[in-house]
Amino acid sequence: MKRKLRTLRRIIRTGFVNFLRNFSLAVAAMAVMVVTLSIVLFSVITNATFKNTISQITNKIDVSVFLKDSVNQPQTNQLLTEIKALPDVKSIQYLNKSQVLAQYEQQNAGNQELVTAIGETANPLPATILIRPKNLNNIGNIKSFLIQPTIANMQSAPPSYSGKQEVAINRITHATNVLREVGVVAIVVFVVICALIIFNTIQMAIFNRRDEIQIMRLLGASTHYIRGPFIIESSIYGVVSAALSVLIINLVFVTTSSTLQASALGLLDINYANQYFDNHFWRLLAMQLIIGIVLGAVSSTIATHRYLKFKTK
Amino acid sequence: MILLDRVTKKYARAENQVALDRISIHVDPKEFVIVIGQSGAGKTTLLKLLTREEKPTSGKIIVGGIDYDKLKDKDIPMLRRKIGVVFQDFKLLPNKTVFENVAYALEIAGASNKEIKNTVPRVLDIVNLKGKEKSMPRQLSGGERQRVAIARAIVRQPRILVADEPTGNLDPKYAWDIIKILEKINRYGTTVLLTTHNQEIVNKLKRRVITIRDGKIVSDKANAGYNIGHEKKTKNT
Repeated sequence: MKRKLRTLRRIIRTGFVNFLRNFSLAVAAMAVMVVTLSIVLFSVITNATFKNTISQITNKIDVSVFLKDSVNQPQTNQLLTEIKALPDVKSIQYLNKSQVLAQYEQQNAGNQELVTAIGETANPLPATILIRPKNLNNIGNIKSFLIQPTIANMQSAPPSYSGKQEVAINRITHATNVLREVGVVAIVVFVVICALIIFNTIQMAIFNRRDEIQIMRLLGASTHYIRGPFIIESSIYGVVSAALSVLIINLVFVTTSSTLQASALGLLDINYANQYFDNHFWRLLAMQLIIGIVLGAVSSTIATHRYLKFKTK
Repeated sequence: MILLDRVTKKYARAENQVALDRISIHVDPKEFVIVIGQSGAGKTTLLKLLTREEKPTSGKIIVGGIDYDKLKDKDIPMLRRKIGVVFQDFKLLPNKTVFENVAYALEIAGASNKEIKNTVPRVLDIVNLKGKEKSMPRQLSGGERQRVAIARAIVRQPRILVADEPTGNLDPKYAWDIIKILEKINRYGTTVLLTTHNQEIVNKLKRRVITIRDGKIVSDKANAGYNIGHEKKTKNT
């Protein structure tokens, strides 16, 4: 046990010493890692921002149920409970007649005539239930619930699907789904490319030092004693590169946010990206560190393998 | 201590050419044996077989009681730790200091820090490298590098030391220093197997000399001198 700990200590120390002594090689390898890890981080944040934009759009889409004035409070409560219990409902909001009026007045604040006109009669606007479905593609159950005769009887008008813009909604939902999938695929592709580039870089770095490995082998060093320091060294590459990539992306989003916001043409909500970066800072840093360390360690393990083989013929 | 029984080695890249052809050698403990032969005669192949850098095509090798036929890959590092090897091209680790290069041989054998601190300076003293502990190999002369390589080979006090033309790349004035160190080690009880080209060294040492030509042993004599040129001539005529 004592000997194993001593060996582990030596492996770690040698890894650090090698990192410093092969600094120029380390800089070259890390430069590549920083660029690839930055691209991954950028794509993760961009994807999150797109998702946010999409959910902002989809949150504005809902089903409105207009209640007859004759429907009393217990009936309303009963209905609310029933709707809430539907599996496809994400959330509901109930607006009574005066709330609807207030909203109407607020929405038409610029058109004084309309506001005055509506104030001259008793409130004609119906109490309204706003239903936000979980999935815009799947409102069939909500629909069939609402058109049941007993429920339909309580309504002053047929339910409105966001102003009967079903076709538009369908198109938007389709587009957002495609975007979501594209985002995930893009991240996966970037991670794969990143892995390949990092693997190649570390393989080149180790290729440069294959003689060293062979000498160690001839002296009788065990596989883990030779490989260990290389894994430590490559993991240090990963840690430093991950930290630098987070720093770079931070600079990109924070210091140049106003320029980016202008050039992104509103496609990318840079303020949200900033906020996302701030809120998830530790998680993103941890993600980068894990990618960096795992890729570094796995690459060096594979890259040293071929120089560690014994002759079998 | 070292036993080779009808060992043949053919390299895969030159199937019809035999690097070593059914050679048999027996070396006793504490013996000092010199292997001579021209370039390509098979000297280096012989040493590579002993360190299990190469595997024989046929024949039996037993070194220090270890039968190479029964040796598994995972046991090879252990075998190499038992044999001290000095290479013609030094094979020092370029990113380690003189001290670290020598200490490495002890580290891989699991020696404690205290042991390393005590042993390495003593061995560097034997090879006259006191004061060079912190130098990097690139800062040393050829002779100094070879002495580091010898220090590394003997620091574990191996029972067998194999030296492949250790004076091949050196000035004559350094060459003799190296040989004297090998003799000293041999006096302490280590079996030494030395390959060389250097006629003067062979003649001066007056030890057992094995001559290899075209992969075959052509002579094996005690207290012999360098007679490779002569034998080649007689065979050709």
